[in-house]
Amino acid sequence: MNHSTHDRHENHTAHCEHDKNSSAAPMTQELIIEGAGCASCIGKIEKALTETPGVVNAEMNFALRTVSVTGTTQTAVLIRAVENAGYNAKSSSGQAEEDLLEEKEQADWDYYKRLMRDMTIALALGVPLMAYSVFVGEMTVTTNNERLVWLVVGLLTLGVMVFSGKHFYVGAWKSFVNHSANMDTLIALGTGTAWLYSMVVVFFPYAVPEMARHVYFEATAMIIGLINLGLALEIKARGRTSEAIKRLIGLQPKTARVIRDDKEVDIAIEQVLLNDHVRVRPGEKISVDGVVLEGHTSIDESMLTGEPMPVEKAKGDEVVAGTINKSGSIVFKATRVGKDTALAQIINMVKRAQNSKPPIGRLADVIAAYFVPAIMIISVISALTWLNFGPDPAIAFAIVSATTVLIIACPCALGLATPMSVMVGVGKAAEAGVLIRNGEALQTASKITAMILDKTGTITLGSPKVTNIHLVHASNEDEVLELAASLEAGSEHPLALSIVESAVERGLTPGKIEKFAAIAGHGVEGEVAGKQLLFGNQKLMHDKNIAVTDVVDVAQQMASEAKTPMYFAIDGQLAAIIAVADPIKEDSISAIKRLQDNGIRVVMLTGDNRATAKAVSEKVGITEFFAEVLPEEKAQKVAELQMQNEIVGMTGDGINDAPALALANVGFAIGTGTDVAIESADITLMRGSLHGLADAVAVSKATLRNIKQNLVGAFIYNVAGVPFAAGVMYPFFGLLLSPVIAGAAMAFSSLTVVSNANRLRFFKAQEH
Amino acid sequence: MIINILGLLLIGLIVWWFWLYKPTDVSANEGAITVTVEDGTYQPSRIKLPAGQPATIQFLRKDASPCAALVLFSDFDISEELPLNQYKSITLPAMSSGEYAFNCQMQMYRGTVIVE
Repeated sequence: MNHSTHDRHENHTAHCEHDKNSSAAPMTQELIIEGAGCASCIGKIEKALTETPGVVNAEMNFALRTVSVTGTTQTAVLIRAVENAGYNAKSSSGQAEEDLLEEKEQADWDYYKRLMRDMTIALALGVPLMAYSVFVGEMTVTTNNERLVWLVVGLLTLGVMVFSGKHFYVGAWKSFVNHSANMDTLIALGTGTAWLYSMVVVFFPYAVPEMARHVYFEATAMIIGLINLGLALEIKARGRTSEAIKRLIGLQPKTARVIRDDKEVDIAIEQVLLNDHVRVRPGEKISVDGVVLEGHTSIDESMLTGEPMPVEKAKGDEVVAGTINKSGSIVFKATRVGKDTALAQIINMVKRAQNSKPPIGRLADVIAAYFVPAIMIISVISALTWLNFGPDPAIAFAIVSATTVLIIACPCALGLATPMSVMVGVGKAAEAGVLIRNGEALQTASKITAMILDKTGTITLGSPKVTNIHLVHASNEDEVLELAASLEAGSEHPLALSIVESAVERGLTPGKIEKFAAIAGHGVEGEVAGKQLLFGNQKLMHDKNIAVTDVVDVAQQMASEAKTPMYFAIDGQLAAIIAVADPIKEDSISAIKRLQDNGIRVVMLTGDNRATAKAVSEKVGITEFFAEVLPEEKAQKVAELQMQNEIVGMTGDGINDAPALALANVGFAIGTGTDVAIESADITLMRGSLHGLADAVAVSKATLRNIKQNLVGAFIYNVAGVPFAAGVMYPFFGLLLSPVIAGAAMAFSSLTVVSNANRLRFFKAQEH
Repeated sequence: MIINILGLLLIGLIVWWFWLYKPTDVSANEGAITVTVEDGTYQPSRIKLPAGQPATIQFLRKDASPCAALVLFSDFDISEELPLNQYKSITLPAMSSGEYAFNCQMQMYRGTVIVE
C-alpha cells in the first residue's frame, strides 16, 4: 500500500467532484468492505470517508465488515475513497442488479442440482420397493428372515432420510423449537411416522396385531424423492416467472464511454458520475439518463415505453438509460446515474410491486399461518377415529391415514397462489409500458367500472394548434396573426403559446407589446405599434362593446368541430376569429372503444367550454363528459362518480391532478415518453397512448383471474384432499389413499400453481 | 381408552405449543440486530425494538430454498429480496408500540418485531 500517493490522488479527485455532488439531499448508504483484517482498519476507512467532501458521518461495523456513510456523496466516489485507502468496497444496496440476478440464478441452480441429486437417491430406493409392493406382494413381516431383510431396507431408508431428506428434518426441528411449523414439519412427521412404525414392526412384530405387521419404507423413500423432485421443478418454473424483470435488468449496459480530460474512455457504468459527458454512437445503448449536448439522432425507447416509433433527439432533449441510439452520434450530459436513473427506478418499482400482495391473497395468508398445526390435529383425530371405529388392523389403518393426511396437505400451494401470479402479471404489464405500483392497485384496476379521462394531454395531444383564421374586418391573415402573436407573447395561457408558435412557423416576427393586461378568465389586451388590441372570448368583446353578433354562427360552428374560437379586435373593431384546436391522439378512439367494450363507463373531464367538450367527446365516442371543470374540482367529480357506487379510475398527467388521482380508486398517470411521475400514481403509463389504460385493465383482469384459479385450486385441493387422505371414502367405497400418492400430490400441487401462473406469460393484450 | 387420552393430550400439546405459547426469547435492543434465515426459520424470530425511531435489521440468508428469498414486513409495505449468504439491511420506519409480523411469501418463515 502506498498511502501517500493514494491520499494525494484521492484528495485531488474528491475536490474535483465536490461541486457535482453538493446539491443532493443527505442520505445514508452502506458499503461492504473487503480486505479489512484488523480492528485498526476501522479508523483508516472511517477517516478516508469522512475526509471525502459531502460526507457528514461514516461509521464502520467491524463485525459485519460494513460501513454506513451519511452525506450527499455519490457511491462511486465513496468506493474510490475506500479503495484509495487500500481496501476494496462495494455498495450493499447498489450492487449491480445484473450481478445480483446472476448470483441468485447461480444459487437457484446449485439448489436445483442438490434437490435433483437427493431425488435420484431417494427414488433409487423408493421405486424398486414400490415396484416390489405392487407386483410381488405385501411388505409384511412374518418370518425372522423377513425381519432381517426389512431391517436392512429400513436402515437403507434411514440413509435416504439422512442424505436426501436431511433438510426436511432439520427444518422441522428448528421450526419446532421456535414454536412454528411449516412444510418441513408435515413432511418430517409424515415420513418419520411411517418409518418409525415400520421399524417397530421389524423389531417388535408381536407388539402389533398380525394383520398390521406391514412396513412402509417405500412410502418414506418415495415421498422424500417426490417432494424433492417437486421442489426442483418448482425452482425451474419460478425462474420463468421473473423473465420480465430479467429483461428490464438486461437493458442496462455495463459500460459507458465518457469524455474525461478531452479523452474518450470506456468505464464501468457504476463509475459514471453526475455531469460526465457521455458519447453514444449509433447502435449503442444509452448508459445513464442525461440531456443531449451535441449531435442529433433517433432513439428507440420501445423497451421502456412500448412505443414502437423511434423518437427524434437533439440538443436539450432528454435521453434515458437502457434505450437504444439508432442513427446518429451524440454527446450527452449525465443527469441521473446509478439507482436514480429512470430505468433503475422502474426496475425497483416493478420488483417491489411483484413482491407485494393484493388483498385477495390475505385470506390465504391467514389460513397458511394456522394451517400446519391444524393439519397435525386433523391427523391425530383421523388416527384416533380409525383406532376406535376402524376395521382390523386398526393400527395399520390409523398409521396410514395419519401419515397420508400429513403428507397430502400443502400450505405452500396456498401461499404461492397469489404471489406467483402477481409476479408474472406485474412483469407482463411492465413489458407493455404499464407500471403497477403494488398488488392492491393491480386488484382494484381489475374491478374498475368507470374511467375518467382528462381531455387535454390525455385524449388529445395537449399541444393546441391554430386551425382557422376567419377574417372579419381585416384583409391579411399574416398581419392578423402577427399582431395576435405580439399580444399573446406576454400571456402565459397555453392557448397563447399556440398562437405564438403558429406565427413563428409562418415566419412572422411578433412585435413589441405595450400596456399589456390580462383580464382573468376572459382574455388579454395591449398596444402594439400604436394599435389597441383585444383578444379573448365573446364576453370580453361584449364588455368592450365590440359587435360580434354577425359572426357568432361562425364561432359556434368552430366550437362544434372541437375547436376553441377566440375573438381578436383591432382598435375597437372585430378583426378576426382565430380558432385553436388540440388534436386528438391517433389511437384515442380505438383505445376508448376497448375500455367501453370491457364494460367500463368512460367519462371525459375538461376545463374547456361545453361546445368544445361535446365535440371532442362525440369524436372519440364518449357520451358523458364534465365541461368547464376547474382544476380543483376534478377530485369532486371523482367523488361524484364514487357516490354512484362506481369504482373509479382517474387518468391525468400526474402533476396538477394529484388530488383527483389520489382520491380515485386507481390513479393512472400518463407519461409521455419516460418523463413520468413515477411516484404519484397507482399505475403509470410509460407512453402517451390510451391503449396503455386498456392494457392495464386487461392485464389486471387476467392476473386476478389467474390468482382466483390458483386459490380455488389450492383450496379445493386441500379441502378435498385432506378428508380423502383421512379415509372418509373408506366406509362407502373401501378406498384409502396411499401415502405415496399423497406425496406425489403434495409435490405437484405447488408446481401446478407456479405453472398456472406461468401461463400468464403468454397473455396478450387485445390487438390495437 | 388410553390411546384416546394420549391423542387428546397430543392435540392439546399442539394447540399450546404452536398457538398459545408466547416465547419470551427476545433479542436485546442494542447494536445491529442480525436475523439469520436458516433451515426454515428466522433466528431470532422475536425482536424487541424501541418505539418512535427507525431501526435497521440485518438479514443473513443461509437457506438456499427459494422460499427464503423474500422477507415481507406487510405493515410497512416492505418486501425485500435476500441474497444467499450475504447481509442485507432492512430499515424499518419509526414505529408505534405493538407487534409487527415479518414473514416469507408463503407465511412459513415467521417472525415478530415487538416495539415498546
